Amino acid sequence: MTLEQAKVGQTFTVLHVRGEGALRRRLLDLGILPGTAIEITGAAPLGDPIELTLRGYTLTLRRADGALVEVTPGQRRDRLW
Amino acid sequence: MVTIALAGVPNAGKTTLFNALTGDRQPVGNWPGATVARLEGVWRRDASVRILDLPGVCSLSPYTPEEAITRRVLTGERPDAILNLVDGASLERSLYLTTQLLELGLPMVVAVNRLDLLEKRGQALDLDLFSARLGCPAVAISAARGTGVHQAAELAAQAARTGTPPKPFPLFSHRVEQALSDIGVLAHDYLPQTGRRWYLVKLFEGDPPVQKALGVGLALRQRMDLVVSACEEAVHDDREELIAAGRYAFAGQLARRCLTRGRESPSLTARMDKLLLHPLLSLPLFLGTVLGMFWLAVHWVGGWTDQWMAAFFQRACLLLSYALGKLDCAPWLASLLLDGVAAGVGTVLTFLPQLAVLFLCLTFLEGCGYLARGAYLLDKAARRFGLSGKSVVPYILACGCGVPGVLACRTIHRESCRRLTVITATFLPCGAKLPVIALMAGALFPGAWWAAPLAYLAGIAAILLTGTLLGGTRWFPQGDTPFLLELPPYRLPNLRDLVQGTVRRLGEFLKKAGSLLLLASVAVWFAAGFGWSGGSFHYLAGEDPSRSLLAALGTWLAPLFRPLGWGEWQPVVAALMGELAKESIVGTLAVLCPQGLPLCLLDPAGGLSFLLFNLLCAPCLAALSAIRQELDSLRHFLLAVLWQTGLAWFTGLTVYQAGTLLIRISGG
Repeated sequence: MTLEQAKVGQTFTVLHVRGEGALRRRLLDLGILPGTAIEITGAAPLGDPIELTLRGYTLTLRRADGALVEVTPGQRRDRLW
Repeated sequence: MVTIALAGVPNAGKTTLFNALTGDRQPVGNWPGATVARLEGVWRRDASVRILDLPGVCSLSPYTPEEAITRRVLTGERPDAILNLVDGASLERSLYLTTQLLELGLPMVVAVNRLDLLEKRGQALDLDLFSARLGCPAVAISAARGTGVHQAAELAAQAARTGTPPKPFPLFSHRVEQALSDIGVLAHDYLPQTGRRWYLVKLFEGDPPVQKALGVGLALRQRMDLVVSACEEAVHDDREELIAAGRYAFAGQLARRCLTRGRESPSLTARMDKLLLHPLLSLPLFLGTVLGMFWLAVHWVGGWTDQWMAAFFQRACLLLSYALGKLDCAPWLASLLLDGVAAGVGTVLTFLPQLAVLFLCLTFLEGCGYLARGAYLLDKAARRFGLSGKSVVPYILACGCGVPGVLACRTIHRESCRRLTVITATFLPCGAKLPVIALMAGALFPGAWWAAPLAYLAGIAAILLTGTLLGGTRWFPQGDTPFLLELPPYRLPNLRDLVQGTVRRLGEFLKKAGSLLLLASVAVWFAAGFGWSGGSFHYLAGEDPSRSLLAALGTWLAPLFRPLGWGEWQPVVAALMGELAKESIVGTLAVLCPQGLPLCLLDPAGGLSFLLFNLLCAPCLAALSAIRQELDSLRHFLLAVLWQTGLAWFTGLTVYQAGTLLIRISGG
């Protein structure tokens, strides 16, 4: 699944970041990398964008952009270097 | 003379540090992207040290114009040292950038800001270990309180003078480092001596601007690509991910090693967001806060200070006229001072208390961290109109003054959204338009509480209409805009920043009143007081003002505005003077119509049409030049002005014609 379908309160581990060019690069620069633990801490009133907590900071992104981020539910520590 | 560049992630506190070091008063804000251009200053303690404030960046692979500035300065101009400001509250993300800065081959000092936030969480940073692992000096500072800032600058100046850059160390896995050294051999003749490591990694990633800057040819590019592809296949990852993962692995490890574990309690920000970002309450709360703020300034404060200030100026004028009479000064000079300067500038100055409150509210909103949340809350709604949630910040800033509003559009990544926001930002009533609103509302609907909110609603309606009509067209194509925005922790802005921010905004307003507005008032007085009469050009003391120069100009333009209900020369001239500065409309009317507003403006339909036209039409010269600069094309700029003025004209037409019809029906 991807972050597009993520629900508030769930925790995920990133498996893969799809896409190309500037947007993908930006996601990587913000620390969304395979193995990163992400918690969905909120959603805007109209359901989009969503609010994520990762690496100790808060980021918001649109669900459409979240479709590029493949995740699996739960925190997997094994790929966290 | 040495130059120190301040670099760091967005919202790390660079401009606050810059102000503390230089004694300057650059605008600061608690939202990512508050600084969009480079700022220069001199260190207070040592005039031979130049300080350079750069826009915040997440990484040195730039996307937005302000990020491009930072990369260009650091790699092109090459300052003598970097003072890297690290946000202690989100250490890992800050260190990701630090690993890149370390490779540039420039002497560097790391300053860790906001350790007080860490302390609140019960965490502490081992600064010695931190500095040892990074291989460059590190200090703890608090930019807001001013502690440690000069020590950081001292270290940076020292580093700049001795000129020893930190030694780059291997960050990546063995296989990647192998590929990097292979590329180093292949591109040996192209790589510069300083910052070699940074260029090496950029060649590994295949960064086109760097390839171009080094003059790498196609054949060499292909050979390097083979090396990188082999590496990618061996570790089943692609090049950009490999580099980012290596940097974040180091950053995470360093943060974990140097930080003691803290309490796991929800932060104040998280608790406040429970309410302020609540699914149902958040939108009403945000809109209520913003509208309430304007209502407070315009209606509540305006209501009781207005009369007080007006009475004060009336008395001052009486005193002045008495003094002038005693001094026996020439009638034209007395008229210039009383009917020109005092009427024109004085009328506008009566709005100072309202503006002070409005500017204080805006400075608070900017400093506390709530503004960025508005972008998040309204993104989906904004997208329907071809805009982005990030347009919200420029719009709110534009309610203070259009110029910073237009400049703040640089944080919007998508070109079509950015241009649409630039064009529409000045539809919202800025501080200078408040006197116009107050004047017209006071004359047409005395005591009505809804006049000011109506002006803001009209501005919002104009934005939404423009978005609906132009968004998605050939010029503003719709598409997937990346929207990635960090939410800053809430902070109580300190008193110094609040006062400085308000004073800075008020100062700009006063400066305008003292220069442009004064000139405009004198020009209006001159053009209204002199003219041809009885076959010669002379001062028309007490003669028919409709013979004046200004009346001739106004009468010539008036037919354009006759369908809008105010085709007399005085309001037309006032609207024209509004292009110099919007508050000039009030000043001009005061000079031209000392007995009160002309009849056509006292008609509710005509008055409302006049007000709306002036709120929506092309903004003042200062804002126009900002729009010209941000649109970067003369054609786009002219179209934008045409659109703004055309929309204003049609709004005025509709309001006047519909209003007259309504009055006629209800009257007959």
